[in-house]
Amino acid sequence: MNRFAELLDRLVLTPSRNGKLKLITDYFREVEDPDRGLALAALTGDLNIASVKPAMLRQLVAERMDPVLFGYSYDYVGDLAETVSLVWPETPGSRPNHDITLAEVVEKLQSASRSDGPAVLARLLDQSGVSARFAIIKLVTGGLRIGVSARLAKQALADLGKVEVSEIEELWHGLSAPYAELFAWLEGHAPKPEKAAKALFRPVMLSNPVGDGDLEKLAPADYAAEWKWDGIRVQAVSESGIRRLYSRTGDDVSGAFPDVVAAMNFDAALDGELLVGLPAEATGTFSDLQQRLNRKTVSTKMQAQYPAFVRCYDLLQIYGEDVRALPFTARRKRLEAFIATLDPGRFDLSPLVRFDDWAALEEMRRAPPHPIIEGVMLKRLDSPYLAGRPKGPWFKWKRDPHTVDAVLMYAQRGHGKRSSFYSDYTFGVWSGAEGAEELVPVGKAYFGFTDEELKQIDKYVRDNTIERFGPVRSVRADRNNGLVLEVAFEGLNRSTRHKSGVAMRFPRISRLRWDKPSAEADRIETLRALLD
Amino acid sequence: MRASDLLHPRPEGLYCPPGDFYIDPVRAVDRALITHGHSDHARPGHAKVLATQQTLDIMAIRCGPGFAGTTQAMAFGEKLQLGDVRISFHPAGHVLGSAQIAVEHNGLRIVASGDYKRSADPTCAPFEVVPCDVFISEATFALPVFRHPDAAVEIARLLKSVHQFPERAHLVGAYALGKAQRVMRLLRDQGYDKPIYIHGAISRLSDYYESQGVALGDLQPATVEDGDKRDFAGAIIVAPSSSFADRWARRFPDPLACFASGWMRIRQRAKQGGVELPLIISDHSDWDELTKTIRDTGAGEVWVTHGREEALVRWCELNGIVARPLHLVGYEDEGD
Repeated sequence: MNRFAELLDRLVLTPSRNGKLKLITDYFREVEDPDRGLALAALTGDLNIASVKPAMLRQLVAERMDPVLFGYSYDYVGDLAETVSLVWPETPGSRPNHDITLAEVVEKLQSASRSDGPAVLARLLDQSGVSARFAIIKLVTGGLRIGVSARLAKQALADLGKVEVSEIEELWHGLSAPYAELFAWLEGHAPKPEKAAKALFRPVMLSNPVGDGDLEKLAPADYAAEWKWDGIRVQAVSESGIRRLYSRTGDDVSGAFPDVVAAMNFDAALDGELLVGLPAEATGTFSDLQQRLNRKTVSTKMQAQYPAFVRCYDLLQIYGEDVRALPFTARRKRLEAFIATLDPGRFDLSPLVRFDDWAALEEMRRAPPHPIIEGVMLKRLDSPYLAGRPKGPWFKWKRDPHTVDAVLMYAQRGHGKRSSFYSDYTFGVWSGAEGAEELVPVGKAYFGFTDEELKQIDKYVRDNTIERFGPVRSVRADRNNGLVLEVAFEGLNRSTRHKSGVAMRFPRISRLRWDKPSAEADRIETLRALLD
Repeated sequence: MRASDLLHPRPEGLYCPPGDFYIDPVRAVDRALITHGHSDHARPGHAKVLATQQTLDIMAIRCGPGFAGTTQAMAFGEKLQLGDVRISFHPAGHVLGSAQIAVEHNGLRIVASGDYKRSADPTCAPFEVVPCDVFISEATFALPVFRHPDAAVEIARLLKSVHQFPERAHLVGAYALGKAQRVMRLLRDQGYDKPIYIHGAISRLSDYYESQGVALGDLQPATVEDGDKRDFAGAIIVAPSSSFADRWARRFPDPLACFASGWMRIRQRAKQGGVELPLIISDHSDWDELTKTIRDTGAGEVWVTHGREEALVRWCELNGIVARPLHLVGYEDEGD
């Protein structure tokens, strides 16, 4: 466990990708089975452990130490998992004479029932040193958040065995923790594991954003354009009666979309955008789609209200034939013919957008025909389907973000390295009749500004505080006083939880408008007009 | 006499009226008793200074030979009468020469411990428990989250990283007095016998440690004459962490920033400082050492200064010990 804990600690603080890869491959090389395989599963998010809620952690600590001292500690550290790992009392004699292994920890956590989970966790913490405690708490609270993607972990495996990462990705869904046969192959002790499982995930092809000057170097005639739909990327694979719907990172999301899976009565692997609505009639918004996301199961009522479908744009395999090496035009042709044979309520074709030059396409990008289009995709006509994000064949050209001028209303102190700064801002826009305007909060943002701007806003907040509630300060904001923030956001959803009736997607501060009088900030009607 | 009549804070520092002296004053005074050589405790300009010989030597190195009017060296355990008060110096285990100062008057004994630690340190005399009525404790790391690991384990992590990343230079940030020499001595203890490269700011103090019997091995200035960057690949360089942001650090190949400090216990502190390899090595007591020491002294009353006073005061209250913060100003956590 200590070696795994040490790995996590180093990964968190190592900024360079190569440094991270080195740390992970060295770990795989030094650590034996099954610990290294379990660590791999933890890094890729494939380790299933019943989770423990933060409230339960607090409860366990409250039984063991003075709440005032815990309060001082948590205030200082700012991270619950870290605070608990540091303050957990060590009782002499509770540590076994050998370091507890990752395998032992995982075994105990996986075999714990819901009711004895907290006691099992407490016992493990008693048996561990400080960095192992941190790692254990990270495992049970879900999400290691160490800046390592599943793909990076797979790259480290590829480095270990000197193979291509796409070889690992293709095998991946046929394997399970602790991956002993995978390591044996990578270290040259055993043959490559057979692709025994059916309906495996194929590594997806990703695009690069269009950068400044990129288009000038490209010939419009070499590219096809499609709308970029604001849904989630999926891969629908059906093979020998096995049906799987994968997210773009290879997570199996079939359970949340039984309606789509039921219609996968084919033998192929399709790449497309998961959306809700009725393909021929109406395409639902992202907030409609959100009703269906992140669920393990879904009610029939929900399926009827928000029917899901896949808008297909690529074909990877058909009747057992891998077509990824074919050029885009050839794949597209077969895709068009194939889609015509599928249930039109669940599968349709992402149409191509005809254009003569970049200027014409730019115009269409700025004024798309449907509100859930978030830009255009460019795909090179002669490009094969390649795993990863190769530079050149595919581009995404997104719509510019919306912006609104809002007034700073509340500021909250940050955590950790921002714990001495007011860094989380709630902002509002004007509503009400002329002469009786008042600010209504429309969102919250805590990034988008530079460190220097953070200092300036922090000073402004301290100088213009009118009230304090714990870590939150209410800031002077009326028709004559107030700091105007230009807020950029990707879209707007209807919300019943907010007084304003709207909720922003991905809001961030794009500019500080020290120059703008607060009375000239935007009105709520401007935002409501953006709702479909 | 009440304890607060024997010692109490004044703007200049902690003052003893019956002995007419200050302990670690932050402004120039007539008579100063100095616990150790860190610059927030040992300031120049006092008329008379009492300290251990090593602290006096260190003050002379750092502030120049004329740092005080007159000086008087105190050996550990030696007693001296000042007015109605008897004083003595005892090892504090913080850095070379560091001392606690015991102040006694009519059977009442107060110990001003300065900065101290209990964990082993091959570069200075170990802390000695001095039973007392009132114990004055620092509180730099006085939160239950601060628990310093064994320094040898931290040094082993550094050596492992040097082995893992042989193409990079490991730049170890360490305070010039005490921490730098301790890190180097610990590296030698683990068999590291290559030259250690040092920043100019720590060379004189390192020479002084050598002269006091702390062998540091082959130390080389971290300068490039005609050589090139690659000369430092795989090397360990010890420097004040403030120098990392200087152009000085550009001479090293892909430097890997390490920092030896008790603050490195908190991940965000490491992250904020751009530290890739935090080494939790502290010359101050951690939470367990602070609370153990308070118990060991048998003091019925504790005065808490510089750091997180409120947590240590709270602990004392929970354990039936009278405690209050001293509110002395002017001490930073220099040296860690």
